[in-house]
Amino acid sequence: MTAYLGKRLLIGLATLLVASVVVFAILEILPGDPARLMLGMNATADAVEALRNEMGLNEGLLPRYLAWVGGMLSLDFGRSYTYSVPVIELIRERAIVSVPLALMSLALSTAIAIPVGVFAAARRGRPADTVAMAASQLGVAVPNFWFALLLVYVFAVWLRLVPAGGFPGWSAGAWPALKALILPSIALAVPQAAILARVTRSALLDVLGEDFIRTARAKGLPRGAVLWRHALRNAMLPVLTIMGLQFGFLLAGTIIIENVFSLPGLGRLIFQALNQRDLIVVEGIVMLLVATIVAVNLLVDLSYAIVDPRLRTAR
Amino acid sequence: MSLLEIENLSLAIGGQPILKGVDLSLEAGEVMGLVGESGSGKSMTALSVMRLLPDAASAAGRIGFNGIDLLAAPEDRMCALRGDDIGMVFQEPMTALNPLKTIGEQVAEGIRWHTRANRADAEAMAQRMLERVGLPAERFPLSRYPHELSGGQRQRVVIAIACALKPKLLIADEPTTALDVVLQAQILELLRDLVVENRMGLLLISHDLAVVTEMADRITILRGGEVMEAGNTAETLSAQSHPYTRQLAMASMHVPARAKTHHAAGTGPLLEVKGISRDYPARRRSLFHRPERFRAVDDVSFTLAPAQSMALVGRSGCGKSTLARIILALDEPSAGTIAFRGETITGRDQAALRPARRDMQVIFQDPYGSFDPRQRVERLVAEPLHLLDKRPTPAERRDLVAEALHQVGLQPSDMQKYPHEFSGGQRQRLSIARAIITRPKLIVADEPVSALDVSIRAQILDLLADLNQRLGIAYLFITHDLTVARAITDEVMVMDARRIVESGRTADVLSQPRSQAARALVDAAPDLHRAIARRMREQG
Repeated sequence: MTAYLGKRLLIGLATLLVASVVVFAILEILPGDPARLMLGMNATADAVEALRNEMGLNEGLLPRYLAWVGGMLSLDFGRSYTYSVPVIELIRERAIVSVPLALMSLALSTAIAIPVGVFAAARRGRPADTVAMAASQLGVAVPNFWFALLLVYVFAVWLRLVPAGGFPGWSAGAWPALKALILPSIALAVPQAAILARVTRSALLDVLGEDFIRTARAKGLPRGAVLWRHALRNAMLPVLTIMGLQFGFLLAGTIIIENVFSLPGLGRLIFQALNQRDLIVVEGIVMLLVATIVAVNLLVDLSYAIVDPRLRTAR
Repeated sequence: MSLLEIENLSLAIGGQPILKGVDLSLEAGEVMGLVGESGSGKSMTALSVMRLLPDAASAAGRIGFNGIDLLAAPEDRMCALRGDDIGMVFQEPMTALNPLKTIGEQVAEGIRWHTRANRADAEAMAQRMLERVGLPAERFPLSRYPHELSGGQRQRVVIAIACALKPKLLIADEPTTALDVVLQAQILELLRDLVVENRMGLLLISHDLAVVTEMADRITILRGGEVMEAGNTAETLSAQSHPYTRQLAMASMHVPARAKTHHAAGTGPLLEVKGISRDYPARRRSLFHRPERFRAVDDVSFTLAPAQSMALVGRSGCGKSTLARIILALDEPSAGTIAFRGETITGRDQAALRPARRDMQVIFQDPYGSFDPRQRVERLVAEPLHLLDKRPTPAERRDLVAEALHQVGLQPSDMQKYPHEFSGGQRQRLSIARAIITRPKLIVADEPVSALDVSIRAQILDLLADLNQRLGIAYLFITHDLTVARAITDEVMVMDARRIVESGRTADVLSQPRSQAARALVDAAPDLHRAIARRMREQG
């Protein structure tokens, strides 16, 4: 067990190292001088040069890379070129929107997908299964921004239950803030749930064909009990894998939904920073995302080991 | 009234008839053997009794159990019977247990479900049952997971699950087919004891006539979904009045006619194995220590003459398949050398191995798994031809494939077909055709007939014997089945716990084994002659 997790941890750290090199190198290759961008087109060459020296841009690659990595280890991501505030501040401001949104979407999508998947698998080939799978097909196919607009129209414009967009901030109280995140999290969760439900169904159907299911039936357990007690846990491994992948997307791949609902999230921050050549912000966010995804994968690996005793004793 | 009465049972799956008017009855404390080849409907008969048939199946007739009509019983009634009054043991112990639950949970689950006992009581009962099937708590605590047990131990757990509540009827569907002969004998003895202890009725399903004869009081022979013959085991098998019964018995004991082998004098040995050992790294205990080593093959040496037929027999896990892989140069030994036709083949690169690979081919156990289902026979059989120095033209290739198919008794026109168009026996012929197409000097055959029905097995053994005579191919047969070794080999080596413990002429070793391992194999091997003789004494 420790060996298994130790190995995963090492792989995760190696991933972070490689990612930091790649991120650093790509932004190094991209054209555009941050000093020139900050000072504007009319600045004198001397002024630009002075700023470059101040920002350390004239030092060699390796010292700059090491300084950057060293800074990140102490949570110092540098200062934004455009806003002149610490990058970590910018990220913190946005993360308090994006992280709750991602968690809500994940919880919602799991809560929809697993019962639907189990239900469809239990009624394989019958009308209920066909309807559930057709619905999930629709969920995968419909673009989430369109679905988001539909939600806004029905629940915000027509029924006036929730605001159509914007984020009041947590200082305005938990309920108004959560209320602002309800529609976006539904819009994000439904397509994810559609995929997850299909994965759950097919994983379950695979397991239901196994010999040990027949052994359980021969013990006298009815179909339903066999499904919940024996099949579901065995079907969890692929489901957990997909959930881990989806969480990464929910955290940063949500720029369209953030735009539809005018939410100040990480997705929009990274988009703005890219537009403004605020490379140091981009670097910081990307590294943070990589770290999150590595951490989520580590959690998924840990949950594998909890689900499957064979992994606990594996090499 | 009998414990189990199957009357005129018919079964169709998707309109395809599987069973046609099967009759069978079983008393308490009796063992009924249900025998037949694959596709005869044995398993479907068992699943009909359990009412665990596939969804598309529709059954007609009557199955009476203790006065209950099982076919008409509602599903919750069946759930109450399954695992309580009727238990079932399946063929494949490796996959019959849930890998994520402990053996304790799995045995206790049925007990709790049926008796509403609390966890502690159910686990105490499970513990006693596991002890009864030979898994004592000191070595096999309830907290063990299936992957920590061997195949034979897992089958004991499955039997513990099925017998936990002392069922009146136990159905065992090929319970020992996946096990080696020594384990088979142990499991059969366990089943026999359980029958006597609890006056349980046992419906034993097997394709192996010898196993059934040793176990069953009465026997029912099934073919194509119909009962061919039924009666007392001793009478039925000694009289063999029904032609199909006779055919099955003959096929089970079949020994191919082989003239004496012509040892080509003067030439050196074909294969010379010297001091071969193979170590594998064992499980790592810590990141910082070197993993321990696990020895799979330990200092094995032997020689094989041209055209000689030799058997390598041993229990599962003794290292025989590892040794075979090393001989085929699919794995590197940790120590020792192998010479083929006088040339060392260990430690050579792939290009240098080409001539040796051409002259050394292999036949695997499973004729289903060893072919790519999406390729035509022509390409499949022609596969080893890339080992030839000169690439054959398409026309030459077709001629070679046609010749090889002809040698194994198939039609040249078969080369346009796909593997799924052939039966199991025909597929094994295809793998033999593939093995002989390069005119090899040696064929390594890993359990080549153990997945086949007895009548097909007899044909394949004949074919192998014939190829040995006509083409002078030497064989190394890897098997745990002594009937195969006896039927087709001149010499035998007995392997036990990584080493070769005995070798000699097949007839001598099998009639007078000297080592303990060889004696265990010989004693455990079911033998139809012996079994019928014993039955005759018992049943008069």
